[in-house]
Amino acid sequence: MWNTLSRMWRTGLLTEPLPVLQPSLDAPSPELDNLQSQLLAVLGRALCIRHVDAGSCNGCELEIQALHNPYYNLEGAGVQFVASPRRADLLLVTGPVSVNMEEALRRTYDAMPAPKLVIAIGDCGACGGIFGASYASRGSVANILPVNTTVTDCPPTPTAILRGILETVRPTLAKG
Amino acid sequence: MKLPEFLECQRLPVPTNLSATRVCADREQWLQLAAWLRESGAQLLTLWGADDRDRDGRFRICAAYLLTEGVLLVEHAMKTTEATASALYPSLAAIFPVAKRMQRAIYDLLGIAAEEADGSEADRRGWLRHGGWPETFFPLRRDADGSQQHPNVSTPYPFVTVEGSGVHEIAVGPVHAGTIEPGHFRFSVVGEKMLRLEARLGYTHKGVAKLFEKMPQSEGHRLAARISGDSAVAFSWAYCTALESLTATICPPRATLLRALALEHERLANHLGDLGALGNDAGFAFGLTHFSRLKEDLLRSNAIAFGARYLLDYVVTGGVAVDLPAQGPALLLNLYSELEQSVANLRSIYDEHAGLQDRFRGTGRLQHPIAEKLGALGLVARASGIACDLRVDHPWPPYDWVATKCITQSTGDVAARVQVRFDEIDESLHLCRAFLQHLPAGPFHAPVSAAAPYRLGLGVIESWRGPVLIALETGPDGAIRRCHAHDPSWQNWPLIEFAVIGDIVPDFPLINKSFNLSYSGQDG
Ligand code: SF4
Repeated sequence: MWNTLSRMWRTGLLTEPLPVLQPSLDAPSPELDNLQSQLLAVLGRALCIRHVDAGSCNGCELEIQALHNPYYNLEGAGVQFVASPRRADLLLVTGPVSVNMEEALRRTYDAMPAPKLVIAIGDCGACGGIFGASYASRGSVANILPVNTTVTDCPPTPTAILRGILETVRPTLAKG
Repeated sequence: MKLPEFLECQRLPVPTNLSATRVCADREQWLQLAAWLRESGAQLLTLWGADDRDRDGRFRICAAYLLTEGVLLVEHAMKTTEATASALYPSLAAIFPVAKRMQRAIYDLLGIAAEEADGSEADRRGWLRHGGWPETFFPLRRDADGSQQHPNVSTPYPFVTVEGSGVHEIAVGPVHAGTIEPGHFRFSVVGEKMLRLEARLGYTHKGVAKLFEKMPQSEGHRLAARISGDSAVAFSWAYCTALESLTATICPPRATLLRALALEHERLANHLGDLGALGNDAGFAFGLTHFSRLKEDLLRSNAIAFGARYLLDYVVTGGVAVDLPAQGPALLLNLYSELEQSVANLRSIYDEHAGLQDRFRGTGRLQHPIAEKLGALGLVARASGIACDLRVDHPWPPYDWVATKCITQSTGDVAARVQVRFDEIDESLHLCRAFLQHLPAGPFHAPVSAAAPYRLGLGVIESWRGPVLIALETGPDGAIRRCHAHDPSWQNWPLIEFAVIGDIVPDFPLINKSFNLSYSGQDG
């Protein structure tokens, strides 16, 4: 126990500030600093994200998982990954959509309540990537679902994914 | 390589990174040889089929076996009277049970079927084909247009049922609760106790083998890296090795060492991630926080030293994509000391945490005899007491001049797989330091000439999960004709079904994580 506590104490707080939406602006926008309170005001709770791997190579998953590490501390910003689409505001989809995952992806989307936001992650999600469309793949996520935002790269960095999430919810928050 | 006397045929050398021989077998010899190999302790590494009807009117089935002397490739050409008729070959399932799913996958892609020797009905349920393309369409046939789309038609998949009083089924997936890959698990349980588990995979099948046929030779490593993103260095290195062996390209020594450094970083990243996730799955979130932090430190160092956090495009044909920058060695040595200290500290915390050890010990036990009989590979095999590691058994450059320790544990439970990861982190750090210390100056890249027509090259690399294999065959113009990739998850997926028996359902995520197998790597 002493070991555990002393490690916590020595490690300290590692969380970095959220990325700025316009990379040219150096000062963090107060709007983003208030993300959590805005989320609460509009949604009445934390932003809930459901992730579906629609056929990825598993590279994009690794960077989504990194969002939970103490540097990015996504949960600390009021964003939570949930196990059920029924309580998800936003769907993160990775991979080209394999024909074998097409139905499961559609069903997940259908089970979500409004606003049904969708982000296609990675070059695969954005355009089919190296796999493209074939007998086994339907290509980009947009071929199957309406997509709000795409985050390109292979795999995109956690910061890029975080930025994609912020970009997607901001218009919704403004409307709300 | 010593081979039995009944096999009177030509032995062809295979260009590869470890010693390999290629032989042809007729129908009878195909089975005889398999039985002989089983007897002598060899393992079936992989199985693939090829459509050579345009060359000699035949389909071929190829098996790669892992022996103490190296790899043996056995080829069997099937007789087909009609060009379109489904060809048959003798099933290996009775001798090497791991062949079962591979044979089903080969049928789905190529339409050649395995025939059981005793006339028993083979399992004909589609493994990769879930109804996304017609039953009569076989994508890997030469005349098949792989780019065409077909509508999804739902196809029934009867699971094996368990009967008895109080037995019920739980169906999970393909979409899972966390950020993990898709697959379906069917549990037969009594109360919370698991009596049987049957997995159904293939959900992430992306037609990689067909895509390879259209890939320019110099681009193939990019697709290889994306077979299973967490093993990108291993797969792209295996591809490059196959191609470089075929074209007699000498990878510069500096590049070879940098590749090995990248491979060890891939092992470190995955082991750190898994150790954190395993702590978390056993209710110790502290473990996830601290290990994921160390993993992030490693990834950030990767970005400086190798140009990217994840090394999907680092190993390229002829060498590596970027040279280690001047500040690289100092940065990495610093990282290694930090990792060594922190991991040792976290290890003692894990070891002393009674609650954690209670969940780890005795859970998901894979007994040594079962692991051996079913051909376990890599980390999972080593945790069940099987000493197998290509870096030790068949060291290829640069592993041929460093002494690598083969890490094993005997209990085969989650705790053993945790300990193997801890020990392998230490060993990897030791290797990384050795590689850095001996890093020669010189080029990090060499030009690769075009491959000769109709040749076969092989690349076999020990990834963090186990051996990955790439078999690369060239066509008339030297371009890729057929490229087969194999992930060790093929061997280890069926083993989870044994490891969970008798444990409770809530322990499944923990057991599954301790294996951490690739869905994408096996689905292809
Ligand atoms: S974008 Fe890249 S990392 Fe992501 S799933 Fe596709 S190939 Fe893998």
